[in-house]
Amino acid sequence: MRYAAPATVDEAQTLLSDNPGSQVFAGATDLVPQIRAGRPSPSMVVDLKRIDRLTAVTHEGGQWTIGAATPTADLTRNAEFTAAFPGLSEAAGLIGSDQIQNRSSLGGNLANASPAADSVPALIANAGQAVIASGDGTRTVPASEIATGPGRTSLAEGEFIIEFTLDDPPAGTGDAYLRMIPRTEMDIAIVGAAVRLTIADNAVSEATVVLGAVAPTAVSVPDAAAALVGASLNGGGFDDATLAAVADAASAACNPIDDKRGTIAYRQRVAGVLAKRAAAVAAERAQNGA
Amino acid sequence: MSKRSRTHVTCTVNGDEVDFLASDDTSLLDALRDELGLTGAKEGCGTGDCGACSVLVDGRVNCSCLMFAPEAEGTDIVTVEGIAEGDQLHPLQQTFLEGAALQCGICTPGFLVSAKALLDENPDPTETEIRYALAGNLCRCTGYDKIVRSVQEAAVQLRGATR
Repeated sequence: MRYAAPATVDEAQTLLSDNPGSQVFAGATDLVPQIRAGRPSPSMVVDLKRIDRLTAVTHEGGQWTIGAATPTADLTRNAEFTAAFPGLSEAAGLIGSDQIQNRSSLGGNLANASPAADSVPALIANAGQAVIASGDGTRTVPASEIATGPGRTSLAEGEFIIEFTLDDPPAGTGDAYLRMIPRTEMDIAIVGAAVRLTIADNAVSEATVVLGAVAPTAVSVPDAAAALVGASLNGGGFDDATLAAVADAASAACNPIDDKRGTIAYRQRVAGVLAKRAAAVAAERAQNGA
Repeated sequence: MSKRSRTHVTCTVNGDEVDFLASDDTSLLDALRDELGLTGAKEGCGTGDCGACSVLVDGRVNCSCLMFAPEAEGTDIVTVEGIAEGDQLHPLQQTFLEGAALQCGICTPGFLVSAKALLDENPDPTETEIRYALAGNLCRCTGYDKIVRSVQEAAVQLRGATR
């Protein structure tokens, strides 16, 4: 196996097309354990971290651009980013230990295509777009279209994610991500729930609900979002009927696995609980930020 | 095709510029141990879960088992061997000794490096902050309480406070 550290996106594209069986990586926090577990080694590993654009975080013209290989620690430590997307920042901050967060990235978390990836539901809930190096150029797709199943993506051979773009949230918007794990730190989600909503005139005008770890990929739950849209917030919180409708829709959207971390019934139940709690947190943030 | 490619790597380790040849599929941990003779960092799990291989890379704590050795090019690495000043132990090393915060010792280098990374950035951490900062380091014999107490004591000493 060879190692290469291109300095530009073009150079990386050339390396990938010249070396069949090569594999890009950012933190290798999934790649190395997979190789050690017996996955065949790539012919070449292409380190994306030496490409400036892949680790740049910028905010210009009403849009954030996050290099796909940026360590998640750089996002959680970025006060301006965290103020704009507190839920996404928190989700990024739940990936493994400090050691891992100095290596792990939004691009790797998404392209590794684990159903339980913590940053993915919040990235999708915030309508993140993935800019992909493709052929000699780029193409841009919603982040929700990258993962197609456990370990599988829509990225073609030789393609890789360069960066994500996120539009500034409208005034009165808040997001939140909550996850359930069997311990307090350093484990894989049983359920993750991201909610983003916008409040205007004391009522929800827009909402997105995305669940992780309860289906082969992260899943949007339009029925839960629909239950939130129009809900009023007189007195600060949602009424019980709204929250019950959110929880029911979230539970119904689950198609989970049964494993040592959680049974199907448990994951369904917890998905509902986390969705309504995340909605409450997002609403509080939307009101405080407005 | 399967020929092992070797890369010449130049970096700073514990303040000294070093260079070594490493196979591209070698981990930084193996390069530190086998090429540079720095056997402080340990391999526990080899998958980034246990933290026994923790080193500082450009001031930030990393699992050296997850890094390919050529990634070290141009970086500034600190291993547990580099945290004492000559014969003068780092306050963390001293408080770990005095607080009996180690038993078999395999995890200790990683804990010391992670704790140093924490205190370098946050000289006055709460107990909760210490526990989160050390969540990526596993100890299977001493238990965490003595480790946390020792980090707290070292933080006090490093702040120049007296007890």
